[in-house]
Amino acid sequence: MPVRLVPILSAALAATAAAAAGQATDADAGRDLAAGCRSCHHAPSAGGIPDLAGMSPQALVAAVQAFRSGARPGTVMPQLARGYTDRQVESIAAWLAAQKAAK
Amino acid sequence: MRAAPPRTRRRELLAAAGAASALAMLPAAAKAAGTAKPRVVVVGAGYGGATAARYLRMWSGGTIDVALVESGGQFISCPMSNLVIGGSRDMAFLTSGYDGLVRRHGVRLVTDTATRVDTDRRTVRLAGGGMLPYDRLILSPGVEFIPDGVPGFDAPDGEALILHAWKAGPQTLALRRQLESMRDGGVFAIAIPLAPYRCPPGPYERACQAAWYLQRAKPRSKVLVLDANPDVTSKAALFRRAWSDVYPGLVEYRPNCTLTRVDAASRTAEFDVEDPVSADVLNVIPPQRAGSIARAAGVVTANDRWCEVDFLTFESIRVRGVHVLGDAIQIAPGMPKSGHMANQHAKVCASAVIALLSGTSPNPEPVLNNTCYSMITDRESVHVASVHRYDPEKRTLLPVPGAGGLSPAMSEEEGRYAFGWAANIRADTLGQVGENA
Repeated sequence: MPVRLVPILSAALAATAAAAAGQATDADAGRDLAAGCRSCHHAPSAGGIPDLAGMSPQALVAAVQAFRSGARPGTVMPQLARGYTDRQVESIAAWLAAQKAAK
Repeated sequence: MRAAPPRTRRRELLAAAGAASALAMLPAAAKAAGTAKPRVVVVGAGYGGATAARYLRMWSGGTIDVALVESGGQFISCPMSNLVIGGSRDMAFLTSGYDGLVRRHGVRLVTDTATRVDTDRRTVRLAGGGMLPYDRLILSPGVEFIPDGVPGFDAPDGEALILHAWKAGPQTLALRRQLESMRDGGVFAIAIPLAPYRCPPGPYERACQAAWYLQRAKPRSKVLVLDANPDVTSKAALFRRAWSDVYPGLVEYRPNCTLTRVDAASRTAEFDVEDPVSADVLNVIPPQRAGSIARAAGVVTANDRWCEVDFLTFESIRVRGVHVLGDAIQIAPGMPKSGHMANQHAKVCASAVIALLSGTSPNPEPVLNNTCYSMITDRESVHVASVHRYDPEKRTLLPVPGAGGLSPAMSEEEGRYAFGWAANIRADTLGQVGENA
């Protein structure tokens, strides 16, 4: 699966510029969207549900795309993945990549 | 980039800030100037309120003062509490402290009961005599039972003999004890109210957990599901399959059973049409409405039961400055009253409250999801999942077409995920990493 790095980086850069200007940012949108994932994807990662903090954005985008297409089997994730746009997934991935994984 | 705040919104915000004793200024500016922080009071520390308190502190970098009012001393999870009734888990499994919120996030925990709200002066009165001023108030009170919703249920000693166990706590364990004391060959009956009620699949999961116990300990017994609804309200095919395949001959389901009265002494349920049922253990889930503090704050606007909110902010449509989360709200289409949903409401609300206190616009495109597991046995589970996004024209949250769905069948794999979900969402809600892993 091709990795779509450019949109991720450009979203992150736009967020940085907007934050410097004191405005509400795309990063806030990523933060809010990612918070939805954290209800399950949170330390202590019980039940084999991974804490996504610090995960590579390319790997996260690829995983969601694979769930959505059916290339990767699953239970809940194939159903939830279809509820988010590409842009939303990229913004979630950019936000989570910047978070520290809990010890 | 977000749109600038509408002018009316900004004027309202500034007026409110002027009226309140503390200026609702930019949190960052307040911190730099060393002046009073904006104050948010959160009432109710379940999945909604505790999550709101945590995320307000975390996302504001500690620049908002958050007081969390909770009358119970500890968090007891309703999700998974049917496993205690079935006997495969104990109360300790459901119970956590609020240390993570207090120590790791600087939330001020106020162990008291909120009794009154003055929405003009923006203060919350406590049963213990104290008073908390707020710039924004977040109510996450859960549900209360409609007084006289089931005649006979409120009678003296009624609740001691006929349990609801619909708020996890002493009644959960008491219902377990009643099942343990039941004779082999006895009848355990569950009466379910008309939807909407807290946790749509919960009563049917309870039937499974009771059956799981009785199948092993008292196999001549019976579970009788007396539903006021015309059909199983959630995961219907999955529950029906569980009852026919996993618990054959043990569970009987009866739709359209509208409860009119109970007699506590004889544990009898009476219905408008159906014949009365006498059970050895009678579990009545009464009709519900928003918790009492919502009524005191004047935010109950729908059908005299629930609180309508603006789904961009979870602010009451009637009372400015008061937000409502969780089971107490008038739900959007396809949105269940669940702990997971309350946790998701709280994050949208926290983000919006920080924006409003900072004079910026709330996120115009919130997306929420729901994942709800029901345990069929002690290890096997099924789920329902959905994604909900804001529709600006209809001004509500709507399920995203093509997303979400159900389990094809129960499985141990989903059972592992269910226990993982329970531990992870509790850590997310309470800010306690590693507990109950």
